[in-house]
Amino acid sequence: MRFALSAQHIEFARSINGLLREAGTPAVIRAWAAGEHASGLALWRRLAEVGVTALAVPEQHGGLGADPVDLAVAFETMGYHAMPGPIVESIAVLPALLAPDDALAGRWLPGIADGSSIATVAMAPHVPYALDADVADIRLQVTDSGLAEFTPAAVPLDSVDAARRLYEVMGRRAISRRETAADAAFDHGVLACAAQLLGLGQRLLDDSVEYAKQRNQYGNPIGSYQAIKHLLADVATQLELARPLLHGAAVALAGDAATTSRDVSAAKVACGDAGYLAARTALQVHGAIGYTAEHDLGRWLTKARALRSAWGTPAFHRARVLDALMAERAS
Amino acid sequence: MDLDLDERTRQFRDEVASWLAANVPDKPMDSFDSAAGFAQHREWEAQLADARLSAVSWPEEFGGRDCSLLEWVIFEEEYYAAGAPLRVNQNGIFMLAPTLFSHGTPEQRRRILPKMARSEEVWAQAWSEPEAGSDIAALRSTATRTDGGWLLSGQKTWSSRAAFADKAFGLFRSDPDSDISPAAHPPRTPPKDRHRGMTYLMFDLHADGVRVRPIEQLDGEPGFAEIFLDNVFVPDADVIGEPGGGWRVAMTTANNERGLSLRSPGRFLAAADRLLELWRRDGDPADTALASRVADAWIGARAYQLYTFGTVTRLADGGELGPESSVNKLFWSRLDVELHETALDVLGAQGELRGEWLDGWLFSLSGPIYGGTDQIQRTTVAERLLGLPRGAR
Ligand SMILES: Cc1cc2nc3c(=O)[nH]c(=O)nc-3n(C[C@H](O)[C@H](O)[C@H](O)COP(=O)(O)OP(=O)(O)OC[C@H]3O[C@@H](n4cnc5c(N)ncnc54)[C@H](O)[C@@H]3O)c2cc1C
Repeated sequence: MRFALSAQHIEFARSINGLLREAGTPAVIRAWAAGEHASGLALWRRLAEVGVTALAVPEQHGGLGADPVDLAVAFETMGYHAMPGPIVESIAVLPALLAPDDALAGRWLPGIADGSSIATVAMAPHVPYALDADVADIRLQVTDSGLAEFTPAAVPLDSVDAARRLYEVMGRRAISRRETAADAAFDHGVLACAAQLLGLGQRLLDDSVEYAKQRNQYGNPIGSYQAIKHLLADVATQLELARPLLHGAAVALAGDAATTSRDVSAAKVACGDAGYLAARTALQVHGAIGYTAEHDLGRWLTKARALRSAWGTPAFHRARVLDALMAERAS
Repeated sequence: MDLDLDERTRQFRDEVASWLAANVPDKPMDSFDSAAGFAQHREWEAQLADARLSAVSWPEEFGGRDCSLLEWVIFEEEYYAAGAPLRVNQNGIFMLAPTLFSHGTPEQRRRILPKMARSEEVWAQAWSEPEAGSDIAALRSTATRTDGGWLLSGQKTWSSRAAFADKAFGLFRSDPDSDISPAAHPPRTPPKDRHRGMTYLMFDLHADGVRVRPIEQLDGEPGFAEIFLDNVFVPDADVIGEPGGGWRVAMTTANNERGLSLRSPGRFLAAADRLLELWRRDGDPADTALASRVADAWIGARAYQLYTFGTVTRLADGGELGPESSVNKLFWSRLDVELHETALDVLGAQGELRGEWLDGWLFSLSGPIYGGTDQIQRTTVAERLLGLPRGAR
């Protein structure tokens, strides 16, 4: 048993982190929210160059065939920088949806791997809308009877996270009745979303700690006051204890364990709670400056709120955990 | 990254599980905080020791099995899953023993550990004083130099198990000039290092000059005690570490208490498992709010288990148990309360009746207090893990 990230994982995270930090995601996020995709797409290509988009694509289709632990690492780092775009759908979900010998896999996955294609995937009821359908060239809806392509609505819905441009699914056309790995694809989506939430939370904590060291009131840094310290310590504790659940779920998903959906759901619950607590706390620690549209904090805060109920609400995932545990006892 | 147990660990786990299945008493024992229960638990410890299972992580020469940290965590999981009795000598085995391994002499280990392993000697921790709770550095009990040893005087309090225990370990002020409490005469300005001048000593609770006054806890049992000391002689051989250097030694004990050894994941996994069983039997599936809390209890226990596997890996790689031990304690102390509260709510109108869950809940309420309160742990996490500036204490 070795329950720690390997040196390669850490190095991989560092390279993604460096790339995203250098690019400066806040400006990218703002442009993306306004429907200007150029800088975001450039960043997407950079991520493809370091292998992020190829992670879950099998080697036969030009991918890396990496395991879900790598996905968790990449998504936590992208969450840390609030990377916009349908990253969950393209990078985690689509490759898991298609059997490697499926003709559609041969058609789509090489482009996903090299970053020239972007996919969006709707999976009602938990993922009713298609994220960024306007930039995606592969637009899929997963239904009980197979896969359908669709035409998105003309204008996006208004998400609390302006960078999440959600489209209603219109004009469906069935393209495959072949059975897809919808459950596995969903679990990959949940894992990636949980990882993003953890990364968002970690960034919100780090920024709040920095701010608390610099902001002075009553003659002292606010971070020297216990009321602030204790709020931040609670966030740190929740994040620290959510991360092992995320990694445990990635290991389960990698090994196709019987407990996979239970573990993935537990990770989503914990990362969602921790990420959201981090967001609430970050705003409180920043005070009014954090409440402005101009400050970047809001980009992270609104994404945490949106992702908390994306890919299954906390209530859904808690029920899924409990159902799985009850089923384990019955058998 | 994996969670697979190797062959040796699996074999060990199976051996432990089958020994426990054959030996754990069917009927729960009386509380170890009652006289009768204390004796029952002491006997159980001897039985565990006969199977070399009372202190598996210790070296073989002291009655252990040289288990790795991982094997110890697995042992604990099996132990609590089997519903085995609580550990009456936990303050000895899980706090004093690691302290002796780090700071004790070979002679001390040889003399003390074998008897501790069999609970021929049960140990109590004597740190807190009426005026020194969270601020343990304000302690006033003294150790005064005498021929061949020290004379202890003063008052300790809240000492768990001391009502029936044999021995105790604690911190004493051996340099009167280091007294920084407001009551010091003449008043002193606190020195730069308020942690100097303290010595870590072991003493006999039945020695001349010791008086123990049991104190009833919320459950009505004398779970802790006051200890009055009046010129109690302690030989030099019972000083741990350097005279005057007790604070550093004490930090080892404290980190063990918070970090890993005192409250391993096994305890909470077993409690979560019992909660799931209770829910399956008595829960109302339509009560989704309560169902969510049941799910959260299991998620919390699982999180703590995996977090601990991470800690075990980190330590095996040569890492240290630093301020993360405060993260640990904050997490389990809250988990324990919430888990038991949930069980009582599942029990509904039966929840107020004395029984396993109610007793567990009462005990869980002390978790955020002993071993350093949650407030103190939060401050530690904020300053030492997050690097926030020190503020007023
Ligand atoms: C069940 C139980 C078993 C125990 N067993 C033992 C034992 O075996 N041996 C032993 O030596 N002791 C034992 N203790 C004592 C325990 O270590 C102390 O209770 C603990 O250190 C807190 O001290 P106190 O109770 O004096 O509270 P205080 O220190 O007086 O604290 C009271 C309140 O003030 C808060 N507070 C104090 N200082 C600060 C600060 N600087 N900033 C913010 N908040 C602060 C605390 O968090 C707490 O909420 C036990 C206690 C319990 C409940």
